[in-house]
Amino acid sequence: MEYMLMIHADPAGLQALRDAERSTALAAYGAYTAALQQAGVLREGNRLRNADTATTVRLRGGKTEVLNGPFIETKEQLGGYYVIDVPDLDAALSWAARCPGASHGAVEVRPVWAMDQP
Amino acid sequence: MGDGSALSGAGSTDEHRAASAAAEAVARHSYGKLVAFLAARTRDVAGAEDALAQAFAAALADWPVRGVPVTPEAWLLSVARRRLVDTARTHHRDGEAAAVLALLAEVAEPHDDDAVLPDRRLELLFVCAHPGIEPAARAPLMLQCVLGFDAATIASAFLVAPATMGQRLVRAKTKIRQAGIGFEVPTREQLPQRLDGVLEAIYAAYAEGWADSTGADARGRNLAEEAIWLGRLLASLLPREPEALGLVALMLHAHARRDARRDADGGYVPLAHQDTRRWDSSLIDEAETLLRSAAALRGPGRYQLEAAIQSAHSVRRNGGLPDWAAIAQLYEALHQLTGSPVAALNRAVALAPLQGAAAALDALAPLAADARLADYQPYWAARADLLAQTGALQEAAHSYERAIGLERDPAVREFLQQRAARVGAA
Repeated sequence: MEYMLMIHADPAGLQALRDAERSTALAAYGAYTAALQQAGVLREGNRLRNADTATTVRLRGGKTEVLNGPFIETKEQLGGYYVIDVPDLDAALSWAARCPGASHGAVEVRPVWAMDQP
Repeated sequence: MGDGSALSGAGSTDEHRAASAAAEAVARHSYGKLVAFLAARTRDVAGAEDALAQAFAAALADWPVRGVPVTPEAWLLSVARRRLVDTARTHHRDGEAAAVLALLAEVAEPHDDDAVLPDRRLELLFVCAHPGIEPAARAPLMLQCVLGFDAATIASAFLVAPATMGQRLVRAKTKIRQAGIGFEVPTREQLPQRLDGVLEAIYAAYAEGWADSTGADARGRNLAEEAIWLGRLLASLLPREPEALGLVALMLHAHARRDARRDADGGYVPLAHQDTRRWDSSLIDEAETLLRSAAALRGPGRYQLEAAIQSAHSVRRNGGLPDWAAIAQLYEALHQLTGSPVAALNRAVALAPLQGAAAALDALAPLAADARLADYQPYWAARADLLAQTGALQEAAHSYERAIGLERDPAVREFLQQRAARVGAA
């Protein structure tokens, strides 16, 4: 089953780190990504640019609104995601717990609902 | 008791505080006893828990007003029993209600001066670890029925979704009732095998608590300590079972080193570098005594072997050096007994101080194909350390990378990153 791991964290946390600490943190993500690949469970994954780069579009009363910023303003932002293919939720949670984001933010685990699935 | 359990919702006045403290004390000491006693006849663990939760709620309303009863345990049992009778009358169909009421009639109404409640907790432990209960539910079931943990706390400890854990517990309790799993201590012939299940579940709870390096879960109860409590309970109920004593010795040895696993800055400290002054000597002494008693009973087993390995490490507190030859032999025996790849891994690592890192790597080589170790952090960390010692720095760096990617604990991850940086910079 495919699950999306969504990493929510306060980007200020990463910015506050010194250069050496930041590269250690990024290296931990690199190692984690490699571990997912080696285990053969990684489908895809990426970082996202900060939420202040977001633009949000909605249609209201027949008019299109385009707004600067994310859909929801929160201190903790969606900063990246992985899609993994594992046997069950327990396995997905065990990978989520290993994600460096679990210790400096939170990792939300959601099952992917494929278009051809009921 | 965690959130959502029997004791939440206490008031804030002094009477309420005193009453809830009294209820908490009874819960700690008697929760499992009360569940076991109430469910032993009906085999309805969930029903017993519900009735007890209501009894605790009634206690929190009653005790602040009328004072804590002389025998709080008997008071709670009496209320819970009445609730069970009421529930049987309202919810069960006529025939069923009569059967349940007949069973409850055998659960004698305790007298207030009858302070001694028959202890059926041993039977309850055997029910929780019964072969008919799915293995993943056994330790959680013990934590819930004997100690009163709520499903959400257990779910976090076992890294399982709360809904999944809730269903697992409900399924297990339904199975106990519907399959009629008996509240009995197994016969002499069945005992060794059935005891294994109980020991395994207690150790599983301990291991989950041990992984939680910060010591306490969010609700302030430390799973490792609760598992030791269960182990002590089991050992006190079965004092002639060497493996029950061995398990407690093992847990106490590991627990003695809890604080030494972190330095003043919260950094991870591996066993070999721990400051032995930070080991808890009294726990080690107790573990050693238990291990000797176990050995005298002449029934070797997995937990005694593991405790003996920890004992061999503990000689460092007296300035001694670990007896690596003995440790390697004990791991070999453990591997023969259990077939565990982790025992084989540890045996290989124990060879390094005796025969050198290259020999240890040779011993490790056959494990490379073992799928059970592919995502096991300690395998990659051990392999990386050994490779670094032989000067195979690039391979070492690669193994460290694997270990870092698999680690959950940020302090251990950072420690591994420091080691990786050392081989990378060399």
